[in-house]
Amino acid sequence: MRLARPLIIFMGLVLVWQMIVTISAAPPYILPGPLAVAKAWVHAPGLFLHHAAITGAEIILGLGLGFVLGAGSALIMAYFRPAERWLLPVLVISQAIPVFALAPILVLWLGYGMASKVAMATLIIFFPVTAAFHDGLKRTEPGWVDLAITMNASRWAILRHLRIPAALPVLGSGLRVATAVAPIGAIVGEWVGSSGGLGYLMLHANARVQVDVMFAALFTLCVMALVLYFIVDKGVRHVVSWQPESLNFN
Amino acid sequence: MNQTTHSTAPGSSPIGVHLSNAHVRWGAEVLFDGLNITLATGQWTCLLGPSGVGKSMLLRLILGLSAAKPGISGVVECSDGAALPGRVSYMAQRDLLMPWLSVIQNVCIGSRFRGEQQNFEAAHAHLKAVGLSDSVDAMPATLSGGMRQRAALARTLMEDHPVVLMDEPFSALDAITRVRLQDMAAEALKGRTVLLVTHDPLEALRLGHSIHVMSGRPARVDEPLVLSSDVPRHVDDGEILALQGELLHRLAEAVE
Repeated sequence: MRLARPLIIFMGLVLVWQMIVTISAAPPYILPGPLAVAKAWVHAPGLFLHHAAITGAEIILGLGLGFVLGAGSALIMAYFRPAERWLLPVLVISQAIPVFALAPILVLWLGYGMASKVAMATLIIFFPVTAAFHDGLKRTEPGWVDLAITMNASRWAILRHLRIPAALPVLGSGLRVATAVAPIGAIVGEWVGSSGGLGYLMLHANARVQVDVMFAALFTLCVMALVLYFIVDKGVRHVVSWQPESLNFN
Repeated sequence: MNQTTHSTAPGSSPIGVHLSNAHVRWGAEVLFDGLNITLATGQWTCLLGPSGVGKSMLLRLILGLSAAKPGISGVVECSDGAALPGRVSYMAQRDLLMPWLSVIQNVCIGSRFRGEQQNFEAAHAHLKAVGLSDSVDAMPATLSGGMRQRAALARTLMEDHPVVLMDEPFSALDAITRVRLQDMAAEALKGRTVLLVTHDPLEALRLGHSIHVMSGRPARVDEPLVLSSDVPRHVDDGEILALQGELLHRLAEAVE
């Protein structure tokens, strides 16, 4: 059932899609049916896979970089109190700038290649990861900290053996959110200016009124985002398997 | 469940502890004003009193967890003249087991915190003493409340300190499990200087060599009720049944 459920949901959604197309009688240049989109995909799978690889690499690089930078900032803030006092307000203020508005500037600075998209994805991921991990590191159960202090633990040992592991579930939630939003960063970056990737392919197809190609690109992106999310989710569950919720005690 | 608990004598010689002239001000409220208490060498001292009187605060003061905060002062002295920190272990009402570590890793957590070599052999012995030989590699979430608290006791024994401070360690357990754990702790901690904060007069009478009632604001610690017989005392021991009335009477006065 665990494998069947996503398949049933997928089939259901495709069915709803086909029904909307049939009932509304929308012309194919507005809303192509699932069959037309599937045909477009099968017609040139190499095209979609090529651009998916570019976007996928941008997303994964951005996710990795955003995660490392975000987790690192949270750790620095947790360990050095002055860093927290100075860095936290800057972080909060930085969130007032819509990341989308930075896309043209990043393309200007970093060029049409992958770097500007990776930077976009990194920026979008950085904050949820930092905020979640920082929160988790600050909310260590006080009883545990007391116990560690009576055991003569140094601040560093408390961070390493207590606060970091205790914050992992919250960091995991942050990473899940980050994984869900990472494709946005990459795609917006591609829309602003690029020479490859699924966002580029969609814009390109749009200009030529190849709506079926646009939808096929979108579909490819969705599948990629879902697969990435499930991999990250599985990884997070594995790392924090000690959490009572995931032990299935019902 | 029939376990034999072996007392594990402390690695270093027993010491007595004296807290004197404790002052605690919490905003406008004065919790302690010149409070004194002595923990006799190698004996169980029990501390009873109404909720909110500051029993846990007193324990934190001795543990050194509240030092260096404004409005909090007090002098902790040991009978051998050396400092207490590093020679005292702490057991709380909640087991404080880290859910991401197995039982034996939890028992060894002290050495992990201090960056020392973990002595799994000793940990095994302590787990055996508290009847957890079969749960060495279990995760805390899979254990019952009583088993978790026994793991916490093994962790306390692993620290091997001459002084042990306990803050209502058995209060969350059912009656039978509580009595068993009291017996286990009394055996295992023989020869150590123990301070037990508790709500339960019967528990104090079973385990205490001297029993204090703490009351008032600022809080005072009264003259202790002294029992000379060995601990743990039997639940139907005539002496403790006779004293239970007096102790309840003192507690009732403390609440008024």
